[in-house]
Amino acid sequence: MDCEHPHDLDTALAALADDPEATVLAGGTDVMVDLSFGHPHPSHVIALRRVAELTEWERGRIGAGVTYRRLERGPAGALAQASRTVGSPQIRNAGTIGGNVATASPAGDTLPVIAACDAAIEVASRDGGVRLVPWSEFFVGVKRTSLRPGELVTAVVFPEEMPARHEFGKIGMRNAMVISMVSACVTRAADGATAVALGSVAPTPLRATMAEAMISARPDPDEAALAEFARLVSDEVRPITDHRGTEAYRRHASGVLARRLLERCLDGGGR
Amino acid sequence: MRITLTVNGEDHTVDVRGAESLLHMLREDLALPGSKNACEHGECGSCSVVLDGELVCACLVMAADAAGSTVRTVEGYADGDTLHPVQQALLDAGGVQCGFCTPGFVVAAAELFDENPAPTADELREALAGNVCRCTGYGAILRGLESLAAGTAGSVS
Repeated sequence: MDCEHPHDLDTALAALADDPEATVLAGGTDVMVDLSFGHPHPSHVIALRRVAELTEWERGRIGAGVTYRRLERGPAGALAQASRTVGSPQIRNAGTIGGNVATASPAGDTLPVIAACDAAIEVASRDGGVRLVPWSEFFVGVKRTSLRPGELVTAVVFPEEMPARHEFGKIGMRNAMVISMVSACVTRAADGATAVALGSVAPTPLRATMAEAMISARPDPDEAALAEFARLVSDEVRPITDHRGTEAYRRHASGVLARRLLERCLDGGGR
Repeated sequence: MRITLTVNGEDHTVDVRGAESLLHMLREDLALPGSKNACEHGECGSCSVVLDGELVCACLVMAADAAGSTVRTVEGYADGDTLHPVQQALLDAGGVQCGFCTPGFVVAAAELFDENPAPTADELREALAGNVCRCTGYGAILRGLESLAAGTAGSVS
């Protein structure tokens, strides 16, 4: 096996252009688990840990190599909350936001935040230059993305102006080391515009657009509106039954979780 | 593929086998079996090491990606016969049952105390959430480390 360790982005993109089938290794928390579960060993690895450009983080543009650890210690809000729920300190020191989006697991913890905030995925290749792909076009299925051969995820780009409030939550068997049964991010702007995105309840992150439209028109939602919001979210998700939870539980929990996060947004103050 | 790396202050040159993990290389090639091999997917923390200053699971590090890196394993904490304060605190509190998870707890806790010498009980629990004790001996582990945080380690009866 050959393992390359590029120190800059151009060298990394050149290596990937020369061998688009190479295994791209970031934090290793997905790649190495797959190998332990019997996936064939790669013949060519491009390891990104040393690529300086990928660890840059400037305002809303977060380099693909930024770890969950850095995110959890970054500006307070949904992205820091989501990052703090990933695995354990050991996992958060290694795993990266770029790895989370490139793996595109339905349970990826940063994905609902990316979807609710309408972030875009920045990708680059030697021959195709840089593309900014809306999240809804990037995630196309379970662990499937619209990345083209030779392309690398280089950053996640959040809007310059974030909504006034954004909250993340997830449900699983325990607080740490858990893959979510349901995850969600709710954002609410000062004018009431609300977004709600959910994870682990569809092949890709999902926006509950009917719930959003209903609650965005309510500047000061009453109990009936909150209940209706939860009902609409439960209606709109498309979960399956698997070893982590049933379809019915996930559907119910989606509404409960989304409503709780909305209430946190409406509280204004912290928790 | 041949790599060089520094482990516990010593330089090594190793022939890496395919996509083997850093954990496998430490145990099989460098005769450092303190880091334990259990779940092999980052869930149990018993292979915790410090790679270039960051606490990680050695089972999730591709050995070939550790080229040029600096690694500290559980063997790198005691100074001769003098135990690291975390090791001493666990010993004093009886925070060891079968001992399999102990190396991972030592490395994870030592890194926490390095950054935060007086962690609260909640901070200790969150920092150690990735370390699993199959004997469920968390009570004594936490009592030992809480004593260390309070500066009263060694006075545990």
